[in-house]
Amino acid sequence: MTQATQDADIVGRGNREGKRLFNEWFAGLTDTAQAGDSAAYVFVMGSLVEILRAFDFPIVFPEINSLQTAVRHISDEYLSLAEDHGFSPDVCGYVKADYAVQLRGGDHPMGRIPKPGIGVLTNACNTYIKWGEIWERMYDIPIFTLDVPGSRGAPRNGDSYETAGEREIDRRYVEYQIRELISLCEVVSGKKFDIDRCREVLQYTNLMGRAWRKVLEINKSTPAVYDAMLDGTIYLGVANALRGTPEGAAYFAELAEEMETRQEQGLGALGEQDEQHRLIFVGVPCYPIFRRFYELFSEWGGSFVSSTYMWFASGGLNLDFEYDLSRPIESLAEGLLVGVRSAVDSMLFHDRALVEAIDEYGATGVVYHPVKSCRTVSTSLADSRRVVLEERDVLALFIESDMMDKRVVSEAQLKNRIDAFFEGLNSKKLRSAGAASSVDTGT
Amino acid sequence: MSGSMQVPEAFGIPEWDVPVRLLDLEPGTDLDGALTRCRELVEDTEFPTVRKWRDAGGQVLGHFQVYFPEELAHAAGMLPVKIRGAPVDRREADSHFGSYLCSILRSSLEIVLTGRIEIDMFVTHPICDAARNLAGMWARNRPEPAQILYFPQNANSAFARGYLREEYARVLRDIEEMTSTKVTQKDLTLSISVFNHNRRLLRELYRIKRETPWLLAIDEAYVLTSIGGLIMREEHNALLEWALPLIRNRPHKKQDKMRVVFEGGFCEQPPLDLLRSIAQFCYVVDDDLLIGLRWILSDVAAGPDPLESLADAYLNHSSYSPVQHDLRKPKEKMLLERIRGSEADAAIVAAAKMCEPGLDEQVAYSQALDEAEIPYFITEFEEKMARHDQLQLQLETFVENILFE
Repeated sequence: MTQATQDADIVGRGNREGKRLFNEWFAGLTDTAQAGDSAAYVFVMGSLVEILRAFDFPIVFPEINSLQTAVRHISDEYLSLAEDHGFSPDVCGYVKADYAVQLRGGDHPMGRIPKPGIGVLTNACNTYIKWGEIWERMYDIPIFTLDVPGSRGAPRNGDSYETAGEREIDRRYVEYQIRELISLCEVVSGKKFDIDRCREVLQYTNLMGRAWRKVLEINKSTPAVYDAMLDGTIYLGVANALRGTPEGAAYFAELAEEMETRQEQGLGALGEQDEQHRLIFVGVPCYPIFRRFYELFSEWGGSFVSSTYMWFASGGLNLDFEYDLSRPIESLAEGLLVGVRSAVDSMLFHDRALVEAIDEYGATGVVYHPVKSCRTVSTSLADSRRVVLEERDVLALFIESDMMDKRVVSEAQLKNRIDAFFEGLNSKKLRSAGAASSVDTGT
Repeated sequence: MSGSMQVPEAFGIPEWDVPVRLLDLEPGTDLDGALTRCRELVEDTEFPTVRKWRDAGGQVLGHFQVYFPEELAHAAGMLPVKIRGAPVDRREADSHFGSYLCSILRSSLEIVLTGRIEIDMFVTHPICDAARNLAGMWARNRPEPAQILYFPQNANSAFARGYLREEYARVLRDIEEMTSTKVTQKDLTLSISVFNHNRRLLRELYRIKRETPWLLAIDEAYVLTSIGGLIMREEHNALLEWALPLIRNRPHKKQDKMRVVFEGGFCEQPPLDLLRSIAQFCYVVDDDLLIGLRWILSDVAAGPDPLESLADAYLNHSSYSPVQHDLRKPKEKMLLERIRGSEADAAIVAAAKMCEPGLDEQVAYSQALDEAEIPYFITEFEEKMARHDQLQLQLETFVENILFE
C-alpha cells in the first residue's frame, strides 16, 4: 500500500468508523432487548461505566437515543407521544423522547432499546434526577442518584472556590457513594464486584482520554482539522458509548493518528473550502436540522475549532487527569469529581474558560446556541457573552432554537442571523487587514 | 370583622433583643389591618424591611428558593431574606437571559440589578438547572459574594447527612468571614430555638387552615407566612403569637365551598390576586406555597452538634418538593398524603410557566390523581400575571362540575 493510499484510508476514518461502531453498539442493544434482558441506563455527565462494565451491564445512554431521533428527523413523533401523556412542550425534549421510546417498547430508529434494570445518574443535571424518577415510576427499578458536589462559586483569585480541605470532603463523599453503588450493583446483577475488571476499564478510559486530549489540542492548528460541532458530535458519541472499552481506546488512538495526518497534510475541516473564520461553539447543536445547521456556518468558511460540548459531554476526557490503577475506587471518585465539576463549570462558570479558549484556538467568533430543552447549558449564555465580549475583541452570535423540537427551529431566521454574523466577521477581517496594510506602508 | 384585640403598645418589641424593628405595625392595628400591612410589605417590590435593616447597619443574606438553613445567617446576626422574585417590569435582567426560562429567575436578578434590594451575600441551590446558574450570573454582575449550597440529592445515602453537615459548616465559615463574627454553638442553638418556635407557629397557622378554613383564606395565610421571609424571626414569632388567637376567634361562618390542596408554589409564587380568586370558590386546606419556610416538620433537636441536627432535620424530618429527590418521598404519594391528611376533595396542580421540575411533576401528579380518582385542576401561572379571568372561569367551571356531579 502506498503512502498516498494509506493516507486516503486514514482521512475520514474517524467518521466512518464512528458510524460503524455506533451501529454495532445499537445492534448489541437490540440483541439485548430481543433476548428480554435489561440494561443499565446512564447519562453522559458522570456515566460511571467504569463500575457498570465491571458487572457486564449493557449500557444505554438515553440522551444519545433521544438526539438520534432528532438527527433522523423523527423526534416530533416521539415528542408528540410524550406530550399526549401530559408532558409540557416546555420541558426537556430528551426526556420526552425517551419517555416515548419506553412507551413504544424500546422502538427506536437505530434498533430496539432494552428496558432499564437499573438507572445510575449524577446531579450534574437536575433533569437527570427528574428523568430517573420517571423510570422509577414506570418500572419500579433501583435508581442510584450519585451526588457530585459542583463548584460552589466562580473561581477566587484564579483558584477554585473551595479549599483543598473542602474538596477532599467532597471526594470522600463521592467515594462512599461509589461504594454504595457497587453494593447495589452486586444485588442487581447477582455478581461480585471484580476490581481487576474495573481496573481494566479504567485503563481503557485512560487511553481514550490521552487520545481525546490530543485530538482537542490538534485543532489549535490552522486550518482546524475537524469541525468541533459536526465531527465533534460523532467523536463524543463514541467517547460515551464505548468509554472504557478496547474498541473505544483503539478508535481514539486511530482518530488521533488521523488528525495528525490531516494536520501534516494541511487538510482542513472544510475540505476544499478555505477556513475563513475560526469559531467556538457554545451550547448544544441544533439536531433537527443538524447537517443544514452546520452548512449555515461552513458555507461562509466558518469552522468550529472548539466547542463547550466537547468539554462538558466528554465525561472528563478533556481534563489532564488519569485514573490511578493502584487505588481504583479512590481515584475513580477523584476523576468523577473533577470530571463532573469541570463539565458543570463549563456550563455555569464558563466565561473564563471561553476567554482562554479564544486565545488558545485563535478564535475570531463565538456562537452561542441556547436551546429550549436544556436550561443547564442555556440559562446564563447571554450573561457570559457580555463578559467575553468585554474581554476579547471577537464577534459573538446569539441564536436560539432547540436540540429536539423542530417547532422552535426556524431555519430562515437562523440563516438571517448567521449571514449577518458572517458579514460582520468579513467586514472586521477586512478592516483588520486594511489597518495592518496601513501600518506596513506607513500610512 | 376581625378579632377585637388590637396591636398592643408593646407589639414588635419581643423578649429577644432585635436590633431593629422591621414590621412597622401601629399600636391599635387590628387583625385585618395587620393582614393588610403584611400584604403591602409582601407585595412591595422595594423591599422596605430589608432596606430598613441595612439602613440600620445590618447585613443581609439573600437566599434563593426553596430552602436554606436560615439559622446559620441568623446566628451571625444577619437578616436572612428569601429571594423569591417579584412582579416587576424587567428592564435590566432580561438581556442577561435567553428565552424559555421562568420568571422568578429573571425578576430575582432584576430586583438586585436595579437596586430594589441590596444584600451582602447570595446563596442559590441546585434546585433546578436554571437556578444554579444564578451564582455565576451574580458573580459576573454583582460585587457581593455569591455561591451555591449543594444539597444532597442522594438523600438515601448513609453519608448524605455527614456531607450536608460539612456543607453547612462551609457556608457558615463564609458567613463568619462576611460578618467578621465567630458563631458559637450557643449562638446556633439559640437561633435554632427561635426557628423551632417559628415553625411551630406556622404549623399552627396551617392547622387552622386545615381544620377551620373559613377562618383563614389562602391569601391571608400566605401573607402571614410570607412576611417571615422578610423580617427577623423574633418579630414574625411575635406577630403570629398575637394573630393566631385572633384568627381562631373570628366570627366567620363556614360556607359550602370545596376543600382543595394547592400544589405548585414551592418556588415561583403565584400573584396574591390569583390566590384570592381561588379563595372565592374553594377552601385551600393545604398547599406547598413557600414550602421552604415550613420544610422542617418538627423541632430541630438541640443536640451537641447543631449543624448535624440541622442536616438531619433537612433530610429526615422534612416535607417534599419536586426539587428534592428522596426514595422515601415519591412526590405523587406525598401529594396524595397531603390531600388525604387535609381531607381535601380535590387538588389544584399548578406549575410556574417554564418551571421544568414543576411541569415534570404535573405528569406524575395527574397520573396518581387519576388512579386515586381524585379530581384535579391543572394550570400554569406566572408571578406577574395581571389578568386571571380566564383561569378564574376555568376554576369555577371545575368546581361546579364537581359540586353538581
